[in-house]
Amino acid sequence: MPFKPATYTPPPVIEPGHTFASVTEKISGIVLARRHPASWFAAAGLGFMATMMLLMAITYLLVKGTGIWGINIPIGWGFAIINFVWWIGIGHAGTLISAILLLFKQDWRTSINRFAEAMTLFAVLCAALFPLLHTGRPWLAAYWLFPYPNSMRIWPQFRSPLIWDVFAVSTYGTVSLLFWYTGLVPDLATLRDRAKNIWIQRLFGVLALGWRGSARHWARYEMAYLLLAGLSTPLVLSVHTVVSFDFAIGIIPGWHATIFPPYFVAGAIYAGFAMVLTLAIPLRVIYGVEDFITMRHLDNMAKVMLATGLIVAYGYIMEAFFGFYSANEYERFMIVNRMTGPYWAFYWTLILCNIATPQLLWIRKVRTTPVFLFMIAMVVNVGMWLERFVIVITSLHRDFLPSSWGMYWPTRWDWMTFFGTLGLFVMLFFLFVRVLPMISIFEMRAIVPAARIKGALASAEEPPVKF
Amino acid sequence: MSSLTAPPIRSRLAGAGGRLYWRSLGELADTPEFRSYVEREFPDQASEWNDPKGRRDFLKLMGASLALAGVGACTKQPPEAIVPYVRQPEDLVPGRPLFFASAVPQSGVAQPVLVESHMGRPTKIEGNPEHPASLGATDSLTQAAVLGLYDPDRAQTSTYRGEVRSSATFLSAIRSALAAQRGTGGAGLRFLTGPITSPSLAELMATILQEYPQARWHRYDPVSRPAGVGDVPHTIYHFDKADVIVSLDADFLTCGPAAVRYARDFADRRRINEEQKSMNRLYVVESTPSLTGAKADHRLPMLASQIQGFAQRLASAVGGSATGTPSGAPGSDVDKWIAAVVKDLRAHQGRSVVVAGDYQPATLHQLARTMNQALGNVGATVTYATIEAAAPDQGTSLADLATAMDAGRVELLVIMGVNPVFTAPADLRFRDKMTKVGLAIYHGLYVDETANLCHWNVAETHPLETWGDARAYDGTVTLTQPLIAPLYESRSAHELLATFTAQPGRRTLDIVKDYWTRAFQGSSDWKIKGANADPAAFDRFWKHAVHDGFIRGTALADVGPATPFKPAPKPAAAPVQTPQGVAAAGAAVGATGATQGALFTPSVPAQTPPPAPPGGVGVVPQPSTNAPANPSAALPEQRVPPPSGAGGAGAPPPQNQPPAVPRSPAPALAGGLEIIFRPDPTIWDGRFANLGWLQELPKPLSKITWDTSAWVHPLVADEHGLRDGDVIELRYRGNVAHMPVFRMAGHPRQSVTVFFGYGRTMAGRVGNATAGAQAFNAYLLRTSDAPWFGTGLEIAKTGGRYLLATTQEHHLMEGRHPVRVATLEHYLREPAIIQEMGEKPPKTLTLYPEHVYDGYKWGMAIDLTSCTGCGTCTVACVAENNIPVVGKDQVSRGREMHWIRVDHYFEGDLDDPRSLDNPSAVHQPVPCMQCENAPCEVVCPVAATTHSAEGLNDMVYNRCVGTRYCSNNCPYKVRRFNFLLYSDWTTPSLEPLRNPDVSVRSRGVMEKCTYCVQRINQARIDAKRDDRRIRDGEVVPACAAACPADAIVFGDLNDPNSQVVKLKAQERNYGVLEDLNTRPRTTYLAALRNPNPELANAG
Repeated sequence: MPFKPATYTPPPVIEPGHTFASVTEKISGIVLARRHPASWFAAAGLGFMATMMLLMAITYLLVKGTGIWGINIPIGWGFAIINFVWWIGIGHAGTLISAILLLFKQDWRTSINRFAEAMTLFAVLCAALFPLLHTGRPWLAAYWLFPYPNSMRIWPQFRSPLIWDVFAVSTYGTVSLLFWYTGLVPDLATLRDRAKNIWIQRLFGVLALGWRGSARHWARYEMAYLLLAGLSTPLVLSVHTVVSFDFAIGIIPGWHATIFPPYFVAGAIYAGFAMVLTLAIPLRVIYGVEDFITMRHLDNMAKVMLATGLIVAYGYIMEAFFGFYSANEYERFMIVNRMTGPYWAFYWTLILCNIATPQLLWIRKVRTTPVFLFMIAMVVNVGMWLERFVIVITSLHRDFLPSSWGMYWPTRWDWMTFFGTLGLFVMLFFLFVRVLPMISIFEMRAIVPAARIKGALASAEEPPVKF
Repeated sequence: MSSLTAPPIRSRLAGAGGRLYWRSLGELADTPEFRSYVEREFPDQASEWNDPKGRRDFLKLMGASLALAGVGACTKQPPEAIVPYVRQPEDLVPGRPLFFASAVPQSGVAQPVLVESHMGRPTKIEGNPEHPASLGATDSLTQAAVLGLYDPDRAQTSTYRGEVRSSATFLSAIRSALAAQRGTGGAGLRFLTGPITSPSLAELMATILQEYPQARWHRYDPVSRPAGVGDVPHTIYHFDKADVIVSLDADFLTCGPAAVRYARDFADRRRINEEQKSMNRLYVVESTPSLTGAKADHRLPMLASQIQGFAQRLASAVGGSATGTPSGAPGSDVDKWIAAVVKDLRAHQGRSVVVAGDYQPATLHQLARTMNQALGNVGATVTYATIEAAAPDQGTSLADLATAMDAGRVELLVIMGVNPVFTAPADLRFRDKMTKVGLAIYHGLYVDETANLCHWNVAETHPLETWGDARAYDGTVTLTQPLIAPLYESRSAHELLATFTAQPGRRTLDIVKDYWTRAFQGSSDWKIKGANADPAAFDRFWKHAVHDGFIRGTALADVGPATPFKPAPKPAAAPVQTPQGVAAAGAAVGATGATQGALFTPSVPAQTPPPAPPGGVGVVPQPSTNAPANPSAALPEQRVPPPSGAGGAGAPPPQNQPPAVPRSPAPALAGGLEIIFRPDPTIWDGRFANLGWLQELPKPLSKITWDTSAWVHPLVADEHGLRDGDVIELRYRGNVAHMPVFRMAGHPRQSVTVFFGYGRTMAGRVGNATAGAQAFNAYLLRTSDAPWFGTGLEIAKTGGRYLLATTQEHHLMEGRHPVRVATLEHYLREPAIIQEMGEKPPKTLTLYPEHVYDGYKWGMAIDLTSCTGCGTCTVACVAENNIPVVGKDQVSRGREMHWIRVDHYFEGDLDDPRSLDNPSAVHQPVPCMQCENAPCEVVCPVAATTHSAEGLNDMVYNRCVGTRYCSNNCPYKVRRFNFLLYSDWTTPSLEPLRNPDVSVRSRGVMEKCTYCVQRINQARIDAKRDDRRIRDGEVVPACAAACPADAIVFGDLNDPNSQVVKLKAQERNYGVLEDLNTRPRTTYLAALRNPNPELANAG
């Protein structure tokens, strides 16, 4: 029997049958429609309630102090830092999708980049809350960490990774916002043009910044967008590298490791894609956009997860290896303690979530079954949170002197703050879905078959700018 | 009122007939403006409120004014005149503290102190460096005395059945009660006090008892036995002369009034340096693991009831004339032990000492005495004497009093400074009997459990508020002088007792000074050097004594007399309330803060002495009570109850009890477990329960704070299925108490130790037990016939759990070497052994150029051979640095604030049962290491922690935003964070307690040890003024100053002759975690032990 190679044609990035008009109609219709699915109200309402809980938790925190949390000496950082790193990591997928995949001309990014970028913004927002709130005196930390000129001539201490964090995260937030907004401008104009209500027209008109769709506009737009993509690309790598320095610069065993920057970046992308999947799979069902976010997207994202997940697994293995190979008693104790100490269950759950479960993604059937994918993405979300828990807590709780060893358990205020930011994220995301096009209309128009036939986007084959 | 001018005023004044009153010149002028002003009543806009049209304008204006009010705040405040001293008090420089010598009595025994006074408020206690009982150090209980002074829960006035009463009402009540007693000679009058060593107080009591011959004076202290035990009187050990020490269940290093001096003497004999290459050797046989046991070179754990049998075997082996069959503690190991110890003791005759534990029965004390006599130690390393004053013919026990109360024979009961309702043995049922007392008067610092059942409560004056005298452990008469006028309507013990005499209004100073005037001017009881009848000589003597804080030459070792007990001579004319006495109490209050006493350093004259009472002849013939120098030749007059049973002064048993018999020494305890009672290491018998500093001080070995626990051997706990914090029910002789369990390695297997002091219901807001913890009261189990241990205890798991807040959860070193231990022999042979236990990277391992410290270079060395782990440094640091008390809940969350902690580690493999039975334990005080390469500094984002040019790791509280990264990155975890607002900003009485030289930290700020930088800066100012460098020893941080063992030494590393440099030059000097290249400035001298080579493997 002759060898017959298996043939596999990936699903299209947009289901057949769509035209320019149908794309525009469908996506803008979600925003401009008067009615909205009941599930939106359920999700946004839930998010709103959790946001109120967050406000309560923050208020109590400001009144009483960080002592309402479970942190102590020796575990000076707890949920706040875990959540910060987790949220920041989640943001990375959005930037990767919109910037790096753009530069790599991955046309499948088009369907998902808009809401992934929105996700980035909201994740950065949630993340940024924590470093501020976790300080003992946030009313001072809010500006003392910035290098502002003052009569005392006191500057921040630039050797501290926390200062690098301030710059990294604020840059990241700013660039992400600009990138996202720039990409929105043509769509805002579309919405302006299609809105029936005068106030909505005016609102979108202001936001569209006078976009008329002239060739000059497009040329400028393409250039700006490309530059911003170029600006964002290093940020994907740098932000989480800097965040990893918060730990790697410290001398605590379990933190002080050279592998942290790449390992954190891979983990961030891993977590981010899991979150994009977590959002995309319900969205395509709720809004019936399965023909825009197709199996091709889910499959591709699953592959990215699998790849980054393997890098993360490599990180874990190297951590354990160096724990022993270093011949340093503290490092060795740290890794043994992680695996067998009081928090062993967290470590092994993390391995189960982040290494074992995602191996199912090798199976195409799993990658193309949204329910499975959704479950795996949720498992990875939990796993990546646990990873931060393990890094922050198990490293601190038993460091050098056995006399100062301790334990950390979160309080209800820790949980309220964490779930509160989840609620804030959900609420913001669903508000975004309601008022802005969650999929880029004009970019989707560029990938309908008609665009290729007419050659309208012939330049898509050629880069507009030579690097 | 612009038209206010002189003419209309003049015209009105001219026209006025008679006296004219006016409020202001405006009224006087009576101008139209003023009339309208009065009519409107309020100056501006007020009438517009009722005017519907004007109201809107009014509201507008008001809104604008409110908005502008902020602008108004920018104006300068008007200057306010403050009045300076019209006459500047001598020596008082604002910002500079003054030091006064005084004493804080504990169970009647003086703890000599120097009190730091800032502008008239005492803030900190130091030891009196010239006093033999202190040598500059203190214990933790004494350190907390200032907190006791300012405790907001103190009794503040006199009350009768809870109603506030005036002093006069109280006096008349006493008078009428006494009048009723006079007819019967005071048959219904009873006094109950703690031990009294104060000669003047003893004289007052003797005077009263002379007046009312039928009255009785009962003495009771639940845990202290300053009177001695049985017929062995108070024993004074001279560890400075001892080479071999055998402790029979004695925690002499940390427990009791002499511990401060004993710890110093003990440590001095094991300080290894250039000159001294030998050490004393300590053998400890003990029941409950103690800090003394942890210091032992050989420790032998044993049931408390077996120790007497062991002592008998030891005594017969030593060759004393001990009677009784050697029994108990069989086993070849013990035989070997005894043989080795006896050999060692015999080799050191006259240079050894056998110490009997305070909580062992009289028989054991007798045995110890026999051994000391046989070894020729008496007179050399041991002296026997009596410091407690007692009438020879008085019934003393609490049991006698209880019997009398029960029989209704007690008509007037005066309870002074003891809390028998809480502390009395359970079988006395003291609480029930209180109701049968005719009139009960309570005198104490707090309205406690006993006060609650007394008719009259008289607030006691705190020792820091009053004059007084008391004897130190060695007999030295120590004077107390007031640092501040009494904060409340209180009386001293002298004043209260004086109300029972013919001169009820005498003030404390008059009484004390009068006594010493007579003693100086010719009383035969005291042989004071230079004594004569010249008032001027007395004046000099008194000034000196008050300045020094004690009367030289009154120590019992110097053949000073025992405290006389005889009434005062009858005065010809009662010098009631001399003006000087009033002044003495009142002067301290003034803005000056200068007392009538004497500053410690420069002597300040006291006031003129009161008129010396004529005569001065003892009225009642009294046998001479001088203690002989050598008690072996002639035992002192027996002034303590006859030896009976296991009881001592703590709770002497009823007279009909059989004499002491060693309790079943057999290891098999048919009747259940053995129970051992101990005072709590930090709150003692419960009297310090309301002092947060002591509650939060981790208890030695267990490191539990705020709570008591029952100590059980870990394997026994496993058998019963008990974990730490499981509540057990203890049934003992029909009494029941509950306790949370703590598993203590090294504890005898068949016994359980419980600690007194907890379960209080009326201690105050800090010390009151929660409802669930009121049963954690060891006094509920104590019986008067076996006050310290007994068999027959049964324990049962209740299933309840109780949170024990510990500051250290892990007591093993995990193969690391934070504490490096070696034997003396090994170290002398191979000095490098200590360095080989860790790595030290070369100084070139940094990218940065070496910092040059060309001024001062501060450093600290802590000798772990000396450190006993008592925790005094922690309390001293709390007192010096305004460190807040955070409470049990916060401690249980790992948020205690101590800047210096004492780590405790067990050595040995705790999986091995042998090791569990007798682990060796080490202690390590951990302040900030002040690393030269400080990991905390580089990670602070706002540069709130920085390095000073002198090598201090400074903390800038104002700059700190509280990221806690510094603490995470500190490998020693010595930084402390204000997770909540821990400092008490609201309780007014605690405000004067603060050290004004140290900031009171707010919420959200990191804090840490600064090597007491305020003291460094004070010394720097002094040195700059004199144009010199700071001298070695001029700066002493609070921890080092308080340390009884002198284990902490601080100084300038740039001074080649400084003590710290010499210490650090030793080869056993090492830094903890030096391998991290932190270069700690605080280093440790390895703990050396001196085991007997013959007992190489026997504990």
